[in-house]
Amino acid sequence: MSSTAAATLNHHHDPTTSTGIANKKLLMWAFLASDCMFFGCLISTHLIYRLHPPPGTPPAREVFSIELTSFSTFILLMSSLMMALAVNAIQKGNLKSLRWSLLTTIFFGCIFLGCQVYEFRNFVFEKHLTITNSILGTTFFTLTGTHGLHVLIGVIWLSGMLLYSFTGRLTEKDSIDVESMGLYWHFVDIVWIVIFTAVYLLEYI
Amino acid sequence: MEALAKTDFLAKDDLPEKPFVLWRPTAKTGLMSWLTTVDHKRIGFLYGISGLFFFIFGGIEALLIRIQLAVPNNTFLTSAQYSEMFTMHGTTMIFLVVMPIGAAFFNFIMPLQIGARDVAFPRLNAFSFWTFLVGAIIVNLGWFMKGGAPDAGWFGYAPLTTRTFSPTHAIDMWVMGLQLLGVASIAAALNFIVTIINLRAPGMTMMRLPVFTWMTLFTSFLIILSFPAITIALIEIMMDRLFGTNFFEVSNGGLPILWQHLFWIFGHPEVYILILPAMGIISEILPTFARKPLFGYPVVVFSGASIGFLGFGVWSHHMFTTGMGTTATAAFALMTMAIAVPTGVKIFNWIGTLWGGHLSMRTPMMFALGFLWMFMIGGLSGVMHAAAPADAQQHGSYFIVAHFHYVLIGGSLFALFAGIHYWFPLMFGRRVSEFWGKLAFWLVFVGFNVTFFPMHFLGLEGMPRRTFTYDANMGWNTGNFWSTVGAFILAIGVAVYFLTMIYTYFRGARTTRDPWDARTLEWSLPNPPPEYNFRVLPTVHARDDWWYEKRHTQEIAREAAEHARAEDAHGGIHMPFQSIYPFCASVGILIGAIGVAVVDPANPAQYPGFWGPKIAVTILGGAIMFVSVVLWSLEGNEGYHIHLNEDGSIKDDAGHAPAGH
Ligand code: HEM
Ligand SMILES: [Cu+2]
Repeated sequence: MSSTAAATLNHHHDPTTSTGIANKKLLMWAFLASDCMFFGCLISTHLIYRLHPPPGTPPAREVFSIELTSFSTFILLMSSLMMALAVNAIQKGNLKSLRWSLLTTIFFGCIFLGCQVYEFRNFVFEKHLTITNSILGTTFFTLTGTHGLHVLIGVIWLSGMLLYSFTGRLTEKDSIDVESMGLYWHFVDIVWIVIFTAVYLLEYI
Repeated sequence: MEALAKTDFLAKDDLPEKPFVLWRPTAKTGLMSWLTTVDHKRIGFLYGISGLFFFIFGGIEALLIRIQLAVPNNTFLTSAQYSEMFTMHGTTMIFLVVMPIGAAFFNFIMPLQIGARDVAFPRLNAFSFWTFLVGAIIVNLGWFMKGGAPDAGWFGYAPLTTRTFSPTHAIDMWVMGLQLLGVASIAAALNFIVTIINLRAPGMTMMRLPVFTWMTLFTSFLIILSFPAITIALIEIMMDRLFGTNFFEVSNGGLPILWQHLFWIFGHPEVYILILPAMGIISEILPTFARKPLFGYPVVVFSGASIGFLGFGVWSHHMFTTGMGTTATAAFALMTMAIAVPTGVKIFNWIGTLWGGHLSMRTPMMFALGFLWMFMIGGLSGVMHAAAPADAQQHGSYFIVAHFHYVLIGGSLFALFAGIHYWFPLMFGRRVSEFWGKLAFWLVFVGFNVTFFPMHFLGLEGMPRRTFTYDANMGWNTGNFWSTVGAFILAIGVAVYFLTMIYTYFRGARTTRDPWDARTLEWSLPNPPPEYNFRVLPTVHARDDWWYEKRHTQEIAREAAEHARAEDAHGGIHMPFQSIYPFCASVGILIGAIGVAVVDPANPAQYPGFWGPKIAVTILGGAIMFVSVVLWSLEGNEGYHIHLNEDGSIKDDAGHAPAGH
């Protein structure tokens, strides 16, 4: 059965499971549900403290640089596009296209991280907002830092997959591995859109 | 037929290369076999043993508390020691006893109930256990350190847990340990969710799932959705302690009430995480010993779901006295009363199951009936403090202590004891003595009530929780004295229970298959169950499928023979390879956690102050974990195939041939 199935792999139905959804995909969906709660709690913390600023808190607008963050948001969105292309490539068994798509995704992810490092340094050294000196700094750096950590883990995972694709062991049958990595990456991206709205844009309305 | 060839889909038959492995452990006995096991039954056993081990600790702590309170103005413990005792008693019993024993059943029983050969991710399952153990070690490390054990209560309210008020590492360890226990629980729960949804045997539709499996599913959802809240709260307090952030630092605008909200958003679902598995166990035992199907199966399932759902909307009933405002208070009071409805519905279903049944009063049934009655008392006192004005009187008093011990001992623990006794013959092939079992039941039952019933009165008479002593003229002497007497009776009962189990494990009489004439699939297996569980994957025809099988033997035998041939033709039974990497990853986590929570910073006076040995140990641990995870994923989820003889023994020649080649 498995050899004939290989010829006509259906990437949306796994006949070995009760539901037809691959185990790894289901695992990732359930994990992301859990991760939603993680970010939900962090974002709530930020929003609650935003409503109760102690005297002397610098107005966030004077600290943020919306142009830079809009740029890095755009880049992260584009990385999601490349991720989707990567999944598409492996499902067609096209390793060459997979590698280019993964590489671009990683590249965009790194640009995003670079922007964040620049932003953090700028806030700390120029704007004097640190993680300890105000509640705004505390919640801002913890929340965006946690997101940055997610991006970093994603970049490491993507790079691992890219390297693995050169071993010759990564085939069309493993597309679920790339697909579940893609789910993670898109999720991290979507969370950023929420953070961008709730942390940055909110300060400008 | 497709469904029978489970996991073959992933096997790469056209790939000549072997997966990248440094070392493929194959030991079936000895220490190595346990460190590398991926068998859900062995992992379940490990969870159970660890839970019972910590039960001894938690029990000793409880007895020390009761000795201290036996008489007024006692000096047996200092107030500082007393705080350590109640903190560690609560933390231990909830996270290291009731949860892991529940997880033991999820692991051991659930896959057997749905007709699966393992969980969906066997290595992740091993990782969950080892990480649980690491968390348990970290939480308890304080006993051996000069800073002492954690002492801020099981809900660790900020700002008591900030560096200002708790400068030693005790709280660091509590914070770190609970975080790891959370990681372990979430990883395990994800695994169970995928297993139940995706690994059901053919014909096992959702509405045919045994109720215990349903409750495993609900509990797992509660775990993945509620543990993030406490994890974030713990991260915030950890950031405060490690890096000097301001989450709970009042002088810089922090709001300690935030901790309470985050904690109880987790904390209330957590109490359902503790009770839903118990409800599942009871829903298995009552039909077996009443010799009737469960009354109103769909209603039991849906009330379990609504308990889980509503459980996320009642957390502030733990905070009625914090001054949330009348609207919030009224809303949470209403929600809390509402949640008692599905709970009550379940009680009526169980009574309906008993009604008109041919009750057979075996020990598991005694514990189950004890559960029904005691849990009801706990539920009733719960509804009493669901009324916010009444709670203003009861909050922080021994009345609350009485409430949660009725639901946690009379509820969760009675059910776990019932479950251990009920499934013991399946797990170990030996039968527990009825005499000693019943003796243990009566001692536990009497001891429990003598201990905790007086606490209702003590609470209403104003005795506060968590004070290490009281004056003789408060009118609390008699209640406290009897409570201590009861605690010792309870302890003797528990000792009798476990000594009986240990004796039975080594010397008990052998038992036949299905000794209770039960109803669900796990009983179709020989005991103890073989490593591969099912010789032939069952095809499920009914709810309570084993009951059906026992009445349609010819049909089932024909079907089984057919499936056995088909499976053999497909390459035999797929077994996952053992792996050491989950264990290695957890060891890395242990080292990293020691770095974060135990090692002194080079310069404690200065934030961040973690340079030097602290960061070195942390990075070392992180690196070990990272390398293990990389090797783990390179090793792949391959397995090998076995072929069976008619009697279930493994054919030699097929030993360790790699899968799918
Ligand atoms: C009928 C359902 C229940 C209701 C209405 C209910 C209600 C409550 C309320 C209002 C409190 C807060 C009391 C206070 O601190 O002033 C409370 C505390 C508590 N309940 Fe329940 N409860 C119910 C079932 C359960 C169950 C099933 C469990 C666990 C198995 C449980 C475990 C606890 C614990 C551990 C606490 C105390 C937490 C602490 O302060 O340390 N309850 N309950
Ligand atoms: Cu509650």
